[in-house]
Amino acid sequence: MVTNIANETTEHNSKVSTAEIAASDPRNIVAPPAPSATTPEQGDVAVDWEKVRGDFPILRRTLHDKRLVFLDSTATSQKPMLVLDAMDDYYRTTNANIHRGVYELSEVATDRYEKARARIGRFINAKSSREIIYTRNATEAINLVAHSWARTNLKPGDGVLLSKMEHHSNLVPWHMLAAERGITLRFLDVDYDGMLVLDRLDEQLEGVKLVSVTHMSNVLGTINPVEEIIPRSHAAGALVMLDAAQSVPHLPVDVQALDVDFLAFSGHKMCGPTGIGVLYGMRELLEAMPPFLGGGDMISTVTLEGFTPNQLPWKFEAGTPAIAEAIGLGAAVDYLSSIGMSNIHRHEQELTVYALERILPMRGVRVYGPPAENKGGVVSFEIEGVHPHDIATILDGEGICIRAGHHCCQPLMHHLDVPALARASFYLYTTREDVDALVEGIVKVQEIFGV
Amino acid sequence: MDSIYRDEIIEHYKHPRNFGTLDEPDVHVEANNPLCGDKLSMDLKLHDGVVQDVRFHGRGCAISQASASMLTEQMVGARLEDLARTTRDDVLDNLGIEVSYARIKCATLSLGLLRLALVEAGLSLSDYLKEDDEA
Repeated sequence: MVTNIANETTEHNSKVSTAEIAASDPRNIVAPPAPSATTPEQGDVAVDWEKVRGDFPILRRTLHDKRLVFLDSTATSQKPMLVLDAMDDYYRTTNANIHRGVYELSEVATDRYEKARARIGRFINAKSSREIIYTRNATEAINLVAHSWARTNLKPGDGVLLSKMEHHSNLVPWHMLAAERGITLRFLDVDYDGMLVLDRLDEQLEGVKLVSVTHMSNVLGTINPVEEIIPRSHAAGALVMLDAAQSVPHLPVDVQALDVDFLAFSGHKMCGPTGIGVLYGMRELLEAMPPFLGGGDMISTVTLEGFTPNQLPWKFEAGTPAIAEAIGLGAAVDYLSSIGMSNIHRHEQELTVYALERILPMRGVRVYGPPAENKGGVVSFEIEGVHPHDIATILDGEGICIRAGHHCCQPLMHHLDVPALARASFYLYTTREDVDALVEGIVKVQEIFGV
Repeated sequence: MDSIYRDEIIEHYKHPRNFGTLDEPDVHVEANNPLCGDKLSMDLKLHDGVVQDVRFHGRGCAISQASASMLTEQMVGARLEDLARTTRDDVLDNLGIEVSYARIKCATLSLGLLRLALVEAGLSLSDYLKEDDEA
């Protein structure tokens, strides 16, 4: 027993050093991506978007004998070869459980897992990789804050301010907590154009301890003015969490510049695999929070009487984590960085402008959401006389994947007074040809329904 | 692929039979499709275990609307015991198309409504159906 505890302590110390030395350790680093842009993160660099498209093997397949037109990246993105290779290579050459073994394979696996964390931290400009907690996805990251921070810090009557455009993942955890703890939920309104209404923000912030809003709407594409919301919330004494599931994959996000307290995102929407996501949290907040799930790896010592939690970030990572997926997400941020997030955002905005130019004049088609300058690459629409599910089924026959339904945002759909919407969304591999196919598909839908 | 939108489906969608509501129905039921948020309601007038009149109401896709339209056509004058034996395959046969996995719920939403109505009218469905025939 004593020996075990000693081992844990030693191992725990070695873990700390692994994370911190990681960047200077040249062993087994996955080869860096071949850049598609010559100098990443410079706004006006020409990116070869056709070459980018070629990095995604799935886009070479056909669907119903047609060219695959994937316009559902808001739901999940496709994966570049670099990410597939990183995960494949891990399983073929390095697979071992991490943080445990003292043998070479386990050390290398741990090293890759922790280096990925460091690169993800740099991608959003976190001060330290200790502020990067691996979760399953953005949903779990939000639930972590609801369980760990909110249960400790909120008492009955305390307010949590959300918005009417939140995904169910940023509503239901708070409903659950409201039922359990008697906290009060308030909602920022959404106007006719799909923009948040901040006129009454200061008034709505009274008694609020946490503001949790989406950085970018998954239905309307609205990019919310978080640069304004965060300081005003802080001034009122509230912390701010951003649901960044849509923003981190598509925009440059700098957590230090934003001065945001918590930020949640999912790997699979940003060219990474499913099963891995991230909670970013300011170190002092995370240090003060109790653990989320209990089990192996999240402890420093365990006795029959109790346990001492591990240090950050492992305090919040119970059990064997998604090792290959974390390594895959590390490769994904390398890939996105090689192209440049500003370039990706600009590419998507150009496509959105082009799509709106083509779709807005179409007879019987109604587009929801703000103008192109206020949103990311999302076009949600209705065709008069045709249900969105029928639109999606007919487009599928044309090789075009779009989403139809309530998009996990039933309160927003109710607010907009629509039962369902069709949604096309863009990413770095989307081309004008894809938008043209969508326009032709809409015409075909109208022909079939005689509208 | 487009063949699921054959003329008869589109015709029922645009001109659904028995669409609307009934005054003072003997049975009123509602159901929704959680996949898309579509809601349908159904009203029945009954006499001696026979459907005298039926109406359905609500927004939905062409598949769910056509399916409800076709099903209600068969309900008028039918005995409740006979309707209780309606299976998922009967409803799919009505439509006469290959419905993909993702759209099965659309096709069977009206069958779910019918079954709710039958239970409301006092029938025990397990007397008439195999357990695995989900709607």
